[in-house]
Amino acid sequence: MSKLIPAPWWSLFLLAFWLLLQNKISVGATLLGLILAVIIPLYTLRARDYRTTLHHPLLGVQYFFILLGDIIVSNFNIAAIILRPRKNIKPALIEYPLEISGSVPITILASTISLTPGTISAELGRDGRSILIHALNVEDPQATVQQIKQRYERRLKEIFQC
Amino acid sequence: MTELPVWADWLISFFIILGASFAFIGSLGLLRLPDFMARLHAPTKNTTLGVGGVIIGSMLYFSLTDGLSFHELLIAIFLFLTAPISAHLLAKAGLHLELELSKNTRDFRAKPEQYSDKDD
Repeated sequence: MSKLIPAPWWSLFLLAFWLLLQNKISVGATLLGLILAVIIPLYTLRARDYRTTLHHPLLGVQYFFILLGDIIVSNFNIAAIILRPRKNIKPALIEYPLEISGSVPITILASTISLTPGTISAELGRDGRSILIHALNVEDPQATVQQIKQRYERRLKEIFQC
Repeated sequence: MTELPVWADWLISFFIILGASFAFIGSLGLLRLPDFMARLHAPTKNTTLGVGGVIIGSMLYFSLTDGLSFHELLIAIFLFLTAPISAHLLAKAGLHLELELSKNTRDFRAKPEQYSDKDD
């Protein structure tokens, strides 16, 4: 099983991707999708030098929906800041200390920071233990750091067990 | 091609106008925000909901007329994957070139020089 399907989530994603691309579910499309979902991971396996295991897929789904909600909220926040006539915003550059490790979890956390209210990840520290964040409008930088820790990093830590 | 019911007309129009407004506000943000780093916030965040609204409108329209249509979701997936990465690269470039930040930016970096490209 694990020889033939080395990365089951990757295969599942490829199958879903193929069916979305076809925009219909038929026997032929599913069969071809299944073949591709087996062949592509086998062929590209050597190019993947990272090993990541999803320990709690359900928490991953929950994370996705929390993120979706936050993205919508963040859109309204930014729109309000842009449309407000007087812009007395308080931008800040904050160094965010990382607790998690591994390239995939850190990538997800950095992307999350960029997609959520008022923060953009600008640079990973040289030692790989911190992310530099540019925040658009913060009163208390420590509170921002704590919020990201509580809301996202804790969950990612649980999902990937790193 | 079938005729759309009135509620569907309103719903689809709502999502398309919502999306278009957010795309517009995002572009407006590029113009109005004070410095390079702040300007990055507008397109990365607002285009996700901007494109999202148009995508939902498109999915509803084609699902109601031509039968289920979900391949618009692929656009959303790729946007979610690429928007933060392009923002990250732009921010990184701005940081290393030490572009001027607006005056009320507070800098909490412990060693600002490690993010610079100047060799002096």
